[in-house]
Amino acid sequence: MIPSLKININKFPLNRKQRTLFNIIISIIFLVTVILGGILLDEERIVTNLSERNSAPSLEHLFGTDWLGRDMFARTVMGLALSIGVGLIGAIGSALIALLLGIAAATMGKMADRIISWIIDLFLSVPHLVTLVLIAFTLGGGFKGIVIGLTLTHWPSLARVIRAEVMQIRSAEFVQVSQKMGKSQWWIAVHHILPHIVPQLLIGFMLLFPHVILHEAAVTFLGLGLSPHEPAIGIILSESMRYLSSGMWWLAFFPGLCLLIVVRMFDQIGENLRVLMDPTRSHD
Amino acid sequence: MQLEAKDVGFRYGDGPWLFQRVNVMLEPGEIVGITGPSGRGKTTFCRILAGFESPVEGTVHVNGAPLPKSGYHPVQMVLQHPEKATNPRWKMHKVLNEGYQPDKELLDLLGIEQEWLTRWPHELSGGELQRFCVARALGPNTRFLIADEMTTMLDANTQAQIWHAIMSIAKQREMGILVVTHESKLMQRLCHRVIDFNEFD
Repeated sequence: MIPSLKININKFPLNRKQRTLFNIIISIIFLVTVILGGILLDEERIVTNLSERNSAPSLEHLFGTDWLGRDMFARTVMGLALSIGVGLIGAIGSALIALLLGIAAATMGKMADRIISWIIDLFLSVPHLVTLVLIAFTLGGGFKGIVIGLTLTHWPSLARVIRAEVMQIRSAEFVQVSQKMGKSQWWIAVHHILPHIVPQLLIGFMLLFPHVILHEAAVTFLGLGLSPHEPAIGIILSESMRYLSSGMWWLAFFPGLCLLIVVRMFDQIGENLRVLMDPTRSHD
Repeated sequence: MQLEAKDVGFRYGDGPWLFQRVNVMLEPGEIVGITGPSGRGKTTFCRILAGFESPVEGTVHVNGAPLPKSGYHPVQMVLQHPEKATNPRWKMHKVLNEGYQPDKELLDLLGIEQEWLTRWPHELSGGELQRFCVARALGPNTRFLIADEMTTMLDANTQAQIWHAIMSIAKQREMGILVVTHESKLMQRLCHRVIDFNEFD
């Protein structure tokens, strides 16, 4: 055996599939903890406490406190939970629109395809953030505005993927063979086409998630999203900007880092799912 | 029960005619070969007979009636590339049982082993996959089989085994077979008569 090939053997007793599953489970546990934390922490943890203003991170206040004496750890966890919630609704809505329009474009004839493809191109030609700001602003901002904005802006790339996938499978030889065995359109849709779309949809959904969360934080940061009373990450970051120059680095550092970790976790889950669901890689 | 193609012609869009006035009659139990250079529309003609494509002109009749649009098609086709004709997300037992449940005898005849049934299509070789496609096409209601370069990519042993199996089944069931191949030796061994596709330009 070539000596350089032996390095990794027995270092990880798990094979690649098990390691992928392990990664997914770790990510999910982390995210669930954040969400549960956000729900279970009561508002008392973030009440203003003027006797403990501007304290640096310590064991009592892991992420320090802000200029009103609010515990940054509790605020961060609540903000993350809120972001994940908004992201969840936005990503589900987007994935649903993508599924409907993708299938409609692929199955309802040339005219429908042309119209839907045109809409997809239209949305893709403008940066998400611009459309998102426009829609959120038109709807008056707040929770409703931002969720509708996120839902309406994030579907085009996934819709395009689904359209292409459905078209490819519809013309595949195994589908034609299936038709000639007397299978109905419905049977083929459920047994042949759906199993190809579901993984794409799930992975697309998981990869939409970090996008949606980041954009939510960005719009809120710009002041067009969630209202300033909510402990959203975007609000925390934009408020902390004013205090950064006075050396209170922990106000932006920990919330920003946590946002990054959460986004990375979702990305991890999506990528790992992709590996798990590909039958040609099932034995790696 | 006979398969009859009458004055069949085909072209893509407004392009030049691929072929015109093709007349082929296939009786039950008869084995007919089609030869001709590449690109003359042999495969397209087979697809028309199997109902994958409809002819631009002319008609195809089975037993005097037009080809059925839905339901089990009496003319089944085995394609050239088995890896494209099997759903990559289905295990082999599902692929095999899609149209009907083949019995053990047929599987033995085609040399399909039990352990292959639990595998994914990409875990089988082309020859092994093609056996599944053949078994799948030989349903109880199949009256005619179209073999479009079915064994071209297989080695001589596998070719012989598959053709041997098909021949015995065809004889037993009085099934008509249309063979497309470039190998004249194989054609001579199998076919009762041969149609040259060059005639139909």
